[in-house]
Amino acid sequence: MSIMGTRVIRTEDPRLLTAGGVYVDDVRTPELNAAARLTFVRSPVAHARITGIDASEALSEPGVVAVLTVADMDDLAPPPPSSGEWDGSPAPLGGPWAEPLLAIDTVRFVGEPVAVVITDNRYQGEDAADLVAVDYEPLPVVLGPAAAVADEILLFPAAGTNVAIANPVPTDDAPFDACDVVVEQDIVNQRVACLPMEGRATAASLENGKLTVWASSQNAQVSRFILAGALGMAPDQIRVVVPDVGGGFGAKIGVDRDTITIAWAARKLGRALRWAETRSENLVAMTQGRAQLQHIKIGGSRDGRILAYRIDVIQDAGAYQRIGGLLPFLTCLMAPGVYDIPDVQAGFRQAVTNTTPIGAYRGAGRPEATAAIERALDLFAAEIGMDPAEVRRRNFIAPDKFPFQTKTGAMYDTGRYAEALDKALAVAGYDQLREEQRRRRASGDPRQLGIGVSSYVEITAPDPDAGETAKIEVTDNGSATVYTGSSAHGQGHHTAWAMLVQDELGIPMDQITVIHGDTDLIPAGVGTYGSRSLQLGGSAVHKAALEVKDEARHHAATMLEAAEADVVLDTSTGLWQVRGDPDTALSWAQVAGHSSGGSLIADVSFVQERPTFPFGTHVSVVEVDTETGQVKMLRHVTVDDAGTVLNPVLTEGQRHGGIAQGAAQALLEEVLYDADGNPLTSTLADYAAVSAPDLPSFELADSQTPTDLNPLGVKGIGEAGTIGSTPAIQNAVVDAVSHLGVRHIDMPATPQRVWTAITEARKASNQ
Amino acid sequence: MKVDLTVNGKEITADVEDRMLLVHFLRDVADLTATNVGCDTTSCGACTVLLDGESVKSCTVLAAQASGHEVTTVEGLASDGTMHPVQQAFHEQHGLQCGFCTPGMVMAIVSLLKENPHPNEEQVRTGLEGNLCRCTGYHNIVRAALAASEVSS
Repeated sequence: MSIMGTRVIRTEDPRLLTAGGVYVDDVRTPELNAAARLTFVRSPVAHARITGIDASEALSEPGVVAVLTVADMDDLAPPPPSSGEWDGSPAPLGGPWAEPLLAIDTVRFVGEPVAVVITDNRYQGEDAADLVAVDYEPLPVVLGPAAAVADEILLFPAAGTNVAIANPVPTDDAPFDACDVVVEQDIVNQRVACLPMEGRATAASLENGKLTVWASSQNAQVSRFILAGALGMAPDQIRVVVPDVGGGFGAKIGVDRDTITIAWAARKLGRALRWAETRSENLVAMTQGRAQLQHIKIGGSRDGRILAYRIDVIQDAGAYQRIGGLLPFLTCLMAPGVYDIPDVQAGFRQAVTNTTPIGAYRGAGRPEATAAIERALDLFAAEIGMDPAEVRRRNFIAPDKFPFQTKTGAMYDTGRYAEALDKALAVAGYDQLREEQRRRRASGDPRQLGIGVSSYVEITAPDPDAGETAKIEVTDNGSATVYTGSSAHGQGHHTAWAMLVQDELGIPMDQITVIHGDTDLIPAGVGTYGSRSLQLGGSAVHKAALEVKDEARHHAATMLEAAEADVVLDTSTGLWQVRGDPDTALSWAQVAGHSSGGSLIADVSFVQERPTFPFGTHVSVVEVDTETGQVKMLRHVTVDDAGTVLNPVLTEGQRHGGIAQGAAQALLEEVLYDADGNPLTSTLADYAAVSAPDLPSFELADSQTPTDLNPLGVKGIGEAGTIGSTPAIQNAVVDAVSHLGVRHIDMPATPQRVWTAITEARKASNQ
Repeated sequence: MKVDLTVNGKEITADVEDRMLLVHFLRDVADLTATNVGCDTTSCGACTVLLDGESVKSCTVLAAQASGHEVTTVEGLASDGTMHPVQQAFHEQHGLQCGFCTPGMVMAIVSLLKENPHPNEEQVRTGLEGNLCRCTGYHNIVRAALAASEVSS
């Protein structure tokens, strides 16, 4: 029986549970035995000119090895000339927007690295960093995307504007003029912290001209590419090792300026260095997510048909342009969601502000698209007085229209949107919930019930042509080793890849080792982001397994003196046989031993023709205390269809985590600044990270609509939970108080915000 | 200053800075790296260990305060190669993904079940308020805690 689709518990767990993982700060290797600690001196002000740096007092402290600033970076070539225009890639913008490694003469956000202090131990580093005297001459600050686009204060005067990338929304009003009903709304998709439990961490060592960098990253090979470019080294002079990684969520794609600076400092000083950021550093200096201001306009007929939709996005980039215009680009690409809307207009501007740079965070542009269209659907439904689930059903792209080309240029592969909705509503008991809501409304219960629906589609493996690599080696002891270019940080790659190999080769999982994240062993690879691992990395493993099998068949045929066509592999036993002759049997060890090198190797890459588009529906049930504004999640029901499921244990885990991060944004989390650009949420005592009592257990329903774009039939599942859950919960909160006249509440729906919305709606209805 | 701790049944004596935190003693002196540091405000619980059998956040205890006391970390939980029921439950219920919060989470649940051997879901969730996980949405961690409480009954 095939192992595919069965509930296999993880091979990773016993080590993590009994000995703990080996994260960067846990690495104990001879090269790092004498490693010094590196501590950053970071800007305490949001925008200022640096007029002087005096390290003399710090240098006189015990244990201080060095204090380095940008003036010491004379061994680095200046950045290549660039127009500063966005080329469509997720690379940082250059030219006037270029971000230095350490501040040159200006700081642009609280937390920006200004200098590094090298000490023998960690406590000395914290002491000495405080003693580096930096003179700041404050500059006026730009906060919020709306202020940024006004261009009254410029972060980069040489650029002449704060708007780094503009892809203006078309403003054709004719389709809206033809509608019975048009609704408009400003929506804030607030800035949130990515918050992997392990912050960023780096160690670096230079030995015999080769630089080894241990990094908490989502992709070793991309990290090496970035480091080589920044340090002016050939890629083969650098080895990047990605050990266990304590969560990434998009914020650890590649490496950022902090890690490059550490690698540079280790090379400069010829001394191994270690750094693991504190949470207070993490909450100001790791990239953050979302941060969009959206204006939406939706129009349609009174019978529930949506005819036109417009979204105008202002993306807050933070102080520096880390990943081009990728986030608002994806928001615009996915703007129409699951709906067949005749006219869609989407555009964006991306502007810099004196805040922490924005980057990818679980969903990266797609949750923002879904939040906007799903809020728009509910606003439209409320306006025409129709059940929001019914409005969705009337506008879905029909299942017979796939592959479906959207008005914004996406090619959806497969989808059964109405089925997902119906299933989610059935599991939730939607009609009974509406009945309970009516009862509470009629009785004037202070605790009102809200039911929120969100139907979503998202794009996974958005860069399918980049592909992924896999190498499988079966040796003459019968075991297999898988080298993957994909990169695990909690998803369960090691279990999943071993399942794929066992299924194809019949080698038992406990005889299969999976290796990731070492550029000496795996020079080519792309890594993990955009929910790409299984469909690209898993398909590559599958492809490599097939190639190994072909080679093995050739050897087995020779050994058995049979035609290749007559030699078969029994995957239940892992034995090669001549068809119909059970007495002939060769083990993998025997077959591998027959090859000249004593092992069978396949080294492949898998490229997918197009991205895939998972979909589903989430139903959120909340209780809102109308006297205090407190929201309590009662239930969360989801149908998430990401094609064929390899291992339900792993996909459910991805869905659970995704739902929780969506709930976190909908109800709790927001990165805040005061009027001077000082972060107000720079510790976990201040940032409202979601915790266990905030959440219910989740109710997951199964749905599998395979894609034909890869041999496994799979799509990505890493981000779907977040994309679906966020607007479902937000819609549920608004729904709970919609009978009081409330139409919209921005996220996070904190008690204060909900109470204020209720109070204002009551005031308006009394006037 | 000189400190003398019993960690996972083994006595460790060392000369440390007065201000050394217990978590850094465990990681850097005792070389037990399973216990992680996830914040600097006693909020996340990644560093949770048992001090004389009760859970503490080892980022908020000085090594000096633990001198003369017994500390148990997740490395000291399994016996003779058999996982503790809480560890086993985490494995079976997929209660961990990246694994970074896991040692602290496991120790917090060991302590929670000692205080309340048969909690309901709400009691488990409330009991874990001081332990953050970013991967699992807590769903399977709660399942693991409840499953472990069944085993210990």
